[in-house]
Amino acid sequence: MLFTSYGFIAFLAVLFLAYYLVLRKWQWGLLLAASYFFYAFAGLDCLIFIFLTTASAYVIARLMDRGHRKEAEFLDQHRAEMEKEERKKYKATQKKKRFRILLLGLVLLFGVLAVLKYTGFALLNLNALLGAFGAEKAFSVPDLLLPMGISFYIFQTTGYLIDVYRAKTVAEKNPARLALFVSFFPQLVQGPISRHSDLAAQLYAPHDFDRRGFTSGIQRILWGYFKKLVIADRILVAMRVLVESAESYRGVYVLLLILLYSAQIYADFTGGMDITIGIAESLGIRLKENFKHPFSSKSTKEYWNRWHITMGSWFTDYVFYPLSVCRPMMKLSTFSRRVLGAKIGKRIPVYLATVVTWFLTGLWHGAGWNFIVWGLLNCLVILVSQELEPLYAKFRKSAPRLTSSWGYGKFMAVRTFLLMGLIRSLDCYRDVGLTFRQWGSMLTVWNVGDFSRGVMTLGLDLADWIILLVGCLVMAVVASITAKTDLRERLYDKPILSWVIFGTLLIAILLFGAYGVGYDASQFIYNQF
Amino acid sequence: MKKRILIAVCAILLLSVLLGLLQALVVPKYRENPEGALTEEYYAQAGGHDVLFIGDCEVYESIVPAILWEEYGISSYVRGSGQQLVWQSYYLLEDSLRYEKPQAVVFNVLALKYGTPQSEAFNRMTIDGMKWSSSKVNSIRASMTEEESFVDYLFPLLRFHSRITDLSADDFRYIFDAPAVSQSGYLMQTGIAPMTEVQRPPRTLDETLPETAMDYLEKMRVLCEKNGVELILMKAPTNSWAYWWYDGWEEQIVDYAEEKQVSYYNFIPLCDEIGIDWTTDTYDEGVHLNVYGAEKLSKYFGNILVKDHAISDRRSDAELAARWNALLCSYYEQKKEKEGAEE
Amino acid sequence: MEKLLEILSGLHPDVDFSTTTDLVDDGILDSLDIVTLVTEIHAEFDVTIPAEEIVPENFNSADALMALIEKLDEE
Repeated sequence: MLFTSYGFIAFLAVLFLAYYLVLRKWQWGLLLAASYFFYAFAGLDCLIFIFLTTASAYVIARLMDRGHRKEAEFLDQHRAEMEKEERKKYKATQKKKRFRILLLGLVLLFGVLAVLKYTGFALLNLNALLGAFGAEKAFSVPDLLLPMGISFYIFQTTGYLIDVYRAKTVAEKNPARLALFVSFFPQLVQGPISRHSDLAAQLYAPHDFDRRGFTSGIQRILWGYFKKLVIADRILVAMRVLVESAESYRGVYVLLLILLYSAQIYADFTGGMDITIGIAESLGIRLKENFKHPFSSKSTKEYWNRWHITMGSWFTDYVFYPLSVCRPMMKLSTFSRRVLGAKIGKRIPVYLATVVTWFLTGLWHGAGWNFIVWGLLNCLVILVSQELEPLYAKFRKSAPRLTSSWGYGKFMAVRTFLLMGLIRSLDCYRDVGLTFRQWGSMLTVWNVGDFSRGVMTLGLDLADWIILLVGCLVMAVVASITAKTDLRERLYDKPILSWVIFGTLLIAILLFGAYGVGYDASQFIYNQF
Repeated sequence: MKKRILIAVCAILLLSVLLGLLQALVVPKYRENPEGALTEEYYAQAGGHDVLFIGDCEVYESIVPAILWEEYGISSYVRGSGQQLVWQSYYLLEDSLRYEKPQAVVFNVLALKYGTPQSEAFNRMTIDGMKWSSSKVNSIRASMTEEESFVDYLFPLLRFHSRITDLSADDFRYIFDAPAVSQSGYLMQTGIAPMTEVQRPPRTLDETLPETAMDYLEKMRVLCEKNGVELILMKAPTNSWAYWWYDGWEEQIVDYAEEKQVSYYNFIPLCDEIGIDWTTDTYDEGVHLNVYGAEKLSKYFGNILVKDHAISDRRSDAELAARWNALLCSYYEQKKEKEGAEE
Repeated sequence: MEKLLEILSGLHPDVDFSTTTDLVDDGILDSLDIVTLVTEIHAEFDVTIPAEEIVPENFNSADALMALIEKLDEE
């Protein structure tokens, strides 16, 4: 069930109604039923995976939790007779035990993800490698089922396991409740990746109908649909042409692709988040924001603190930190400092961890070299600007008027936007070599003169371009307003104005949304019957 | 709180009206391709008909109610539409029976060749014009192709919204009401494009009409029986390469008609008797009749209806006569106008 | 404490670490800084800060960080 299907809208309407009519204590049960119903549309075989994920996470978390409790009990009972050293030793062995359980859980969950998502990619590369060595036979690449949203719910669930291990949250005793945490439908398809300590209690708590929250949620849903249907889905058509006939759309069209794709992915992804967070809000549940005005970022680092935030923080907390402070890394640190000196030596472990994290981030986005290169390029930009930071600082000191001016800020934002857009275009062409050639063509192929003709060959007519332009403008204005103030909060006391605004929004979605089969006049013309 | 509710109610009403207007604006007006406007036009004239013709283009291009009145005093209406599938005919008949009880219903059999939904465009042209009733709902459900959804019929705005950037003057001019395109359901064609030779298409392997189609024909017969209406079957005299009437189909219909005691007239072998001249009586090389052919067929068929099916002569009914005289005037006016434009 | 302040100002010479109390929440210390800090502390104090202790509360001020180091040293 896509967010943009009639079925989904009907599903939401029924759910909202039922949610506030049933007994408060049944609300979370209803959400669980609704989530599994929603997920069943993706295919019953997908249900098996989410069910198994939940079941294994339940057992693993409970085992770790029992370990925590036993340890506490034991220490409590034997407080008097135990020496400090003894206690320390006992704690360490208990921790090791729990770690083994955690490891089992992680291997299990990531194993499923790895097999389903990366087997094909791994075999393809293995075949290429074998082929390079002259092997005649190749492994047949299986076409494995990739359950909807698996990257998201596996990450959310492993985050939960690690949090239980770290005693940041308590293991869920009721398996049905855990099932809801794993499968909560609004965030199943594209996140945000929530933390158990943020979300769980809200999911199970009873929620009275709150007009303010409900209205606000519905308004946000509408705004999400506007971005998705009017802007993102309209661009889709042109993107397909630009990518499929990449060889004939080079030079200036690559720049167009970068701009269009930035607008599309922003509208699609943040629009999807608006719908997700809006649905949750209407149900009385607050989800973490996943985007905070990413295109206002003045540096790549800032951008990644504003774009797909919950994924970034997942990688920071569960990959980057543990990796950079683990014992081997500390040993490496000591070693590199001794050999290379403090200045360079201290960088080695940090940079190594950064590269690994970004490699995995790329891989998480998709099984393909383009995603890996995408991740590593992001990493490169971050590390280079980290190295150049002293230089920037000097520049800021020597020209404080310039660097604190409005124009300079905008310049930095545009620069970051274009740089991120450029790297992101790897995502479109899905082929590293082709992408690099297309980038090169921006410098070598001069076809600006052809632009006004070529832009009309992309499957969008003049009206589409105007709608897109106006739509993006509206999006930018709204973004700049909401960056400073909570728009919906301010509109709440002006019911007439909010009806006008959101009524217009609804009409704009219905009229200008790129949904359904486009009206094809020729289809409706008498053809001899 | 009260104020809020009041504002909400007003806003929702206003929004509904606005959306209704926009919907009326974007829905196609079918001026260039008038067969899409036929279904809706019936309601303005519903009632007072003794014969209803239902079926695809072979009724609305072949039967002229004005001539039936002029010659025999038969009050009739053609409820045809482009590629009207047999279940659509069935539900249109069910729909019409809510407005009137004719003496006879004539169904043209060509559409029986289709047993599955065919094309979204023709579905919309046939169904959108219907008033809402269980018949319309059932017709939609029986007709939808895989890509279509019921909601799109419920709110045509959803289907036609992309026309908003593509509107013409007609869309504004005819937003609420449009002048009729037909003469009691007959869509006049005055052009002439002669058919020089009859091209027979290759034999199809399986010359049986689909079961679903025949089931609806039977449902139609039962419906007529229940309502005390006589069902008559016809096959228009046109037989062209594009829409060939196969012998196997003919046999099946003849057998069916015999078994169920239904009259069936196949006009294909009767062309000479009717007087159809394929060099002057068709506007598209034999695929459809033009007005000259349709008038000949109507005169011929009207005679049968009166003689063999005792359809009443209503010319003595003053009220009805007045209505028909006006329709007759309009008919000849349009004919003159069209012939003028043709020259 | 002085050693710690020295390390901190090595990262950001322009920040007064002895008084600031929302280093992480304000975005002064980012994840790269934090990890560099952990390795420096490891080198200077011979204390390994485990990943689960890397939370904003422990890194928001020099005092909090010092308290963490002392706590870990205890154990």
